[in-house]
Amino acid sequence: MVTKLALKDLSHKPDLFAPGHRLCPGCGAGTIVRQVLLAIDEPVVVANATGCLEVSTSIFPYTSWRVPWIHSAFENAASTISGVEAAYQSLKRQGKVTEDIKFIAFGGDGGTYDIGLQALSGAMERGHKILYICYDNGAYMNTGIQRSSATPRGAETTTSPAGKVIPGKMQYPKDLTAIMAAHNIPYVAQASPHNWRDLMRKVRKGVEKGPAFLNVISSCNRGWRHPPELSIELSRLAVETCFWPLYEVEDGVWRLTYKPKEKLPITVWLEPQGRFRHLFRPENRHLIDEIQAEVDRRWERLLKLCGEA
Amino acid sequence: MREIMALDGNAAVAHAMRQINPDVVAAYPITPQTSTVQTFSEFVANGLVKTEFITVESEHSAMSACIGAAAAGARVMTATSSAGLAFMWEVLYIAASYRLPIVMLDVNRALSGPINIHCDHSDTMGAREAGWIQIFSENAQESYDNFIQAVRIAEHPDVLLPVMVMHDGFITSHAMERVELLSDEEVQSFVGEYKPAMPTLLDVHNPVTYGPLDFYDYYFEHKRQQVEGMAHAQEVILEVAREYEKLSGRRYGLFEAYRLEDAEVAIVVLSSTAGTTKAVVDKLRAQGKKVGLLKPRVFRPFPAKELADALRHLKAVAVMDRSISFGAMHNAGPLYLEVLSAQRIYGGNMPVVDYIFGLGGRDIVPAQIESVYDDLFRILETGQVERLVTYLGVRE
Repeated sequence: MVTKLALKDLSHKPDLFAPGHRLCPGCGAGTIVRQVLLAIDEPVVVANATGCLEVSTSIFPYTSWRVPWIHSAFENAASTISGVEAAYQSLKRQGKVTEDIKFIAFGGDGGTYDIGLQALSGAMERGHKILYICYDNGAYMNTGIQRSSATPRGAETTTSPAGKVIPGKMQYPKDLTAIMAAHNIPYVAQASPHNWRDLMRKVRKGVEKGPAFLNVISSCNRGWRHPPELSIELSRLAVETCFWPLYEVEDGVWRLTYKPKEKLPITVWLEPQGRFRHLFRPENRHLIDEIQAEVDRRWERLLKLCGEA
Repeated sequence: MREIMALDGNAAVAHAMRQINPDVVAAYPITPQTSTVQTFSEFVANGLVKTEFITVESEHSAMSACIGAAAAGARVMTATSSAGLAFMWEVLYIAASYRLPIVMLDVNRALSGPINIHCDHSDTMGAREAGWIQIFSENAQESYDNFIQAVRIAEHPDVLLPVMVMHDGFITSHAMERVELLSDEEVQSFVGEYKPAMPTLLDVHNPVTYGPLDFYDYYFEHKRQQVEGMAHAQEVILEVAREYEKLSGRRYGLFEAYRLEDAEVAIVVLSSTAGTTKAVVDKLRAQGKKVGLLKPRVFRPFPAKELADALRHLKAVAVMDRSISFGAMHNAGPLYLEVLSAQRIYGGNMPVVDYIFGLGGRDIVPAQIESVYDDLFRILETGQVERLVTYLGVRE
């Protein structure tokens, strides 16, 4: 029987992500992984791209993974899990494996938006029954906060410092979720750990319908520069400001899974984060206006795609 | 039923793959490997194999998918060439260090640049420290035989290392030859049912972590263990070869010695050029010249002692390299450097010289090989080595 997505029911399930890992306090990734593994009732095999999640949970001879888990390299989580899934299909056909097993890959935004994009695109196009989950913290946090193509415009990172001439990262983030939707795979969605029930529902759909892609915003207090206890709150604000809308594209149909009653101004999300502090100086205020305009433009476009406008 | 077929090298290996009937093949097209994968695709499309065939979007993903599938407990294969192998570089090391018995055909082709699709050995020589067992084949028959044996070598519990089998691009890959195939049943029973030696990812009741972060407190020990696998490989290669000889009647060793026993001078050369060299040896022998040939089959692990023992009685040796180790001693080739090291530790002190030849598919003709033997006899006469490294057939 499928476990109800209620705290009471979920609390009886074993935690497949063991404590004692070395992720930072307040890191979004660990919370996301626990929600993902709690959501699935079937046995799961996980592939992990190189990154914070991988290095913090698998320091030999310890492991936080109470499910079969493989890390191979940075850019190949999608192709690695596609090999695992192909082995499963082959061995199942031969009667050598009998269980119904689900396959998940985790990658950060660096491993997904950038270096792993080709492998991800290939795996999705080939139609493997897998769910790829990107925990998007908007920079290469594991190597020390370098900008990625997921880094928001204006953010200061160690390779896009806020200097006298260039005030942080100048490009808007790549819309990877839309790129994955353009693969016309059965299921693509965006989620946030603050809305755990929405996230877990999407995980369930993803593993059932695969190939599927789930993009999850994941706060990094070291990189975003905010107190660790604000981690989940900032995920919520990313959604309430429509910087990170919660939606899904199921069999080609776009649908908002949550619509803020009142769209909050982007400054509400920017201000608590040290990486945007320089934007609030008078000479950079115009950047905030531009960022707001881009958030609005993308939100309006999404509303249209979802038949809400 | 055993069959004798007219096959090129690539098709011969595709048939070996069909008969082995692996669980998963992940491959990407690249000249001159492509026809192997094309032929195998037909076997898949016609239901002749049980294989899950993954048509990946790159060689990096081909090897990554092989790693995932092998860790999941599947018998896994792939094939590539040149830039494809180079693109796999990072994951070649991972496959070896995770001790995954993946078998790969590499159809030898020059590395870019400039871009060139023809044969030399720079691709596999560049991968010689990746931790893979490397077996070179002279012709289509050898490639077929080596590929079948590779499965048993890779999967042997004392080895557990990936194996790459090579044949020469176009020269062997696309030239039709007479090939004797074993029956499907014979190959099946030779390779046997695959039983992974290590816990697999699909054993969901016994979760295992593959590829953890391994720091200065354990990495070194894991690398040391990897050396053990390579150290055991030589005996296993010979054991598998003995068993294969019983089945097929075809004998394989660490290398092939051709009219070497009473030779005064000899050439050491890999793959198809050894075939040409045999014809030259026969011609010169008919003229009463005591010449011989040593054709290494196994390059990794390098059979240093056995090779040095086989060469010890010679008065001069020429190694012929189809690649350059840029910046190495005298910019010599990798085979030369290995043979020379083996001589230093185990061998005599005869002169050993190097000939770089055939880069980018440049033809090597019998007259050139004859000139190498002439040079060796000149060394015997004069007692002088004029050049350690000679470029054979280049315009300078």
